[in-house]
Amino acid sequence: MKALILVGGYGTRLRPLTLSVPKPLVEFANKPILLHQVEALVKAGVSHVILAVSYMSELLEREMRTQEERLGIKISLSHEKEPLGTAGPLALARELLTDSAEPFFVLNSDVICEFPFEDMLRFHKQHGREGTIVVTKVEEPSKYGVVVFEGETGRIHRFVEKPQVFVSNKINAGMYIFSPSMLDRIQLRPTSIEKEIFPVMAEEGHLYAMELQGFWMDIGQPKDFLTGMCMYLQSVRQQGPEKLRTGPGFLGNVLVDPTAVIGQNCTIGPNVTLGAGVVLEDGVRIKRCTVLKGARVRSHSWLESCIIGWSSSVGQWVRMENVTVLGEDVIVNDELYLNGANVLPHKSITDSVPEPRIIM
Amino acid sequence: MLKTVILIGGPQKGTRFRPLSFEVPKPLFPVAGVPMLQHHIEACAKVPNMKEILLIGFYQPNEELTRFLSCAQQEFKISIRYLQEYAALGTGGGIYHFRDQILSGGPEAFFIMNADVCSEFPLPELLEFQKEHGDTHSFVILGTTANRKQSMNYGCIVENEQTNEVLHYVEKPSTFVSDIINCGIYLFTPEIFQHIGAVFQKNQQDMLLYPYEGEEQTNGWQRAEVIRLEQDIFTALAGQGKLYVYKTNRFWSQIKSAGSAIYASRLYLNQYHRTHPERLATNEEGGPKIIGNVYIHPTANIDPTAVLGPNVSIGTGVAIGAGVRVRESIILHGATLQDHSCVLNSIVGWDSTIGKWARVEGTPSDPNPNDPYAKIDSETLFRDGKLTPSITILGCNVNIPSEVIILNSIVLPHKDLNRSFKNQIIL
Ligand SMILES: Nc1nc2c(ncn2[C@@H]2O[C@H](COP(=O)(O)OP(=O)(O)OP(=O)(O)O)[C@@H](O)[C@H]2O)c(=O)[nH]1
Ligand SMILES: Nc1nc2c(ncn2[C@@H]2O[C@H](COP(=O)(O)OP(=O)(O)OP(=O)(O)O)[C@@H](O)[C@H]2O)c(=O)[nH]1
Ligand SMILES: [Mg+2]
Ligand SMILES: [Mg+2]
Repeated sequence: MKALILVGGYGTRLRPLTLSVPKPLVEFANKPILLHQVEALVKAGVSHVILAVSYMSELLEREMRTQEERLGIKISLSHEKEPLGTAGPLALARELLTDSAEPFFVLNSDVICEFPFEDMLRFHKQHGREGTIVVTKVEEPSKYGVVVFEGETGRIHRFVEKPQVFVSNKINAGMYIFSPSMLDRIQLRPTSIEKEIFPVMAEEGHLYAMELQGFWMDIGQPKDFLTGMCMYLQSVRQQGPEKLRTGPGFLGNVLVDPTAVIGQNCTIGPNVTLGAGVVLEDGVRIKRCTVLKGARVRSHSWLESCIIGWSSSVGQWVRMENVTVLGEDVIVNDELYLNGANVLPHKSITDSVPEPRIIM
Repeated sequence: MLKTVILIGGPQKGTRFRPLSFEVPKPLFPVAGVPMLQHHIEACAKVPNMKEILLIGFYQPNEELTRFLSCAQQEFKISIRYLQEYAALGTGGGIYHFRDQILSGGPEAFFIMNADVCSEFPLPELLEFQKEHGDTHSFVILGTTANRKQSMNYGCIVENEQTNEVLHYVEKPSTFVSDIINCGIYLFTPEIFQHIGAVFQKNQQDMLLYPYEGEEQTNGWQRAEVIRLEQDIFTALAGQGKLYVYKTNRFWSQIKSAGSAIYASRLYLNQYHRTHPERLATNEEGGPKIIGNVYIHPTANIDPTAVLGPNVSIGTGVAIGAGVRVRESIILHGATLQDHSCVLNSIVGWDSTIGKWARVEGTPSDPNPNDPYAKIDSETLFRDGKLTPSITILGCNVNIPSEVIILNSIVLPHKDLNRSFKNQIIL
């Protein structure tokens, strides 16, 4: 089976991280975002993954060669010359997707959940129509485009953008499975699958919705990245608690790379991910944070709701909170206070940032 | 022989020093580890022939003041007495009211000092200067240079550059007059009382000529006795060949706001290198790490992993936990700073507690470091309806929970906070 992952966006909302590394390679819970999906696809029997990219990234190509080998699958990169949106890339990869009659998966690259690929395949074969999209429940439907469908069969009636009165609380979760015939609907030009393709398929009775069980998050921006991490670690707690670190000084769900070094009298968690080679010196208090590879937090600092970029260094007695994001190789001097700062790579911060802002 | 009078004001004064002046009279607030007034007294006690120090104010006699007086008398072996005005009589009215006390024993001269200044007190220089300027009865004001803009917040002095005679004096003018300002430290001879007496007589006569309707006689009397040295005396004496200005370029500052107490502490701690090296903490085996000038009271208990300074003063019985950081702050007696907490540009009130990993931080109001004549602004609390960022002040017995931040805020006494606060006054 095949899967196409849309990884073409610029990931602007996850800057400053995506200024150093393409979004699919940003580590989420110590694993590149993309690999969460690819590994789950492999488990469901996918042997060929096509990445639809609109920019050239040597880093991505190299990483994918490594993963091909590690996972024993084929990974192709389908380059588009201009961004083709969320549907156009399917037309570009038509050859690859139609060399068998089997259905194929299509994924947005930045969603995180317990991927239900096997259920999708089963459900899709059951209704026998052209497409299945996974939907997930949200609390505030008025912020999203919602999907209205028949509860029993899953047959989709229509889509409603930002509904003012309640019509549904299910939204498109960014995971689809299609039969190859569906590709006849798409031309090789920039097209939105959500706006231009799905409504027509729904009208013709060719689109079905499958409800997702468990958590779901689009982690395409820092605030949601952290929320998604909390949800993900909670699911790790249920599925494989041995992967989490416990003991004195650890609270709640904490994921620590074995090469991370932690000083004395630290209190870590809940909801913390420490990457490879990370160093927390003595007396650090950290909660609801992701610390990426090679970063260091010096003694007695206090961090909440932050993403610390690769190889960054946070000084002593620093307080950082409120979705502060440090890009790669940022230095934060001792004793500063960062509130909602968004710091571009290779910056040295010498003054506090008491109100949220971008540090160029 | 010589005497000194220190004007200490009363409870209605020093409102810019709230909430700290609720707990202790402002002149007794510790600056660089000792009560503000003690710096004046130490300087006086060193002057040969100094026989007595009189504090004049309108505080009710109180325990703190009494205890301070008796300790200071013992320590400095000099008579120190408190004279209480029946009401606020102004900076000249009080000394006139108590002139007999000041003159008893026959001093040939006496110093007058505002309590709320921080200074190197160049008293021998003032005495020397007085002998060489004007006649034997001349009066001297200690002056210093300010920048043009800030000078207007002070008493401004125009001098004859050859003779140093004061040609013109104006208190807090609304336009620029002179960059020489009044430091609130004076050297007078007994003749000053003739000039204050003349103002008093005139006030009384005015009172008779233009009686205030419906007011009681005692109030009228009081109004005649309220005399301001600056506006009523200096302004009149200027240009009369009686009043001189001795200019100093040594450190000097007012202590009006709590923020200026941190600044004044820095100036005095720096002076300790010469005057009291024993009061400065040093880096020792098993002691905390000391950066720059730090005062630690011997009864304070400090974890060796704490890092203190520069400009930190730690009061009696303070407890400081592991990995605590304190910089540019005053920690008052009985306060507890729990592990990993961080206190910057703040005053932590008596018996307050700061939880683990909490951050208590203010914004310093230091004078512009690039202007040698800049003074600290006695900032107004609000600008454009918003609290101006200033040092953080925790009143007495305030509780700050773990892991929160208190930024640019003033917390009134006996509050238990339960979350972070920024740019707020917390009643
Ligand atoms: N191949 C391709 N993929 C795209 C294109 N536009 C968006 N995508 C992908 O479609 C998915 C949803 O897009 P968005 O949520 O807008 O994310 P994004 O564009 O990467 O990021 P932002 O710049 O923050 O909007 C993501 O997985 C994107 O990588 C495109 O033009 N070509
Ligand atoms: N005994 C006594 N002392 C006073 C009185 N008024 C002020 N003082 C003290 O005299 C010194 C100078 O006080 P002020 O003249 O009010 O202050 P300032 O330096 O002019 O500054 P502003 O408060 O801005 O006017 C301070 O130490 C006061 O405590 C008073 O009525 N009686
Ligand atoms: Mg986009
Ligand atoms: Mg005055």
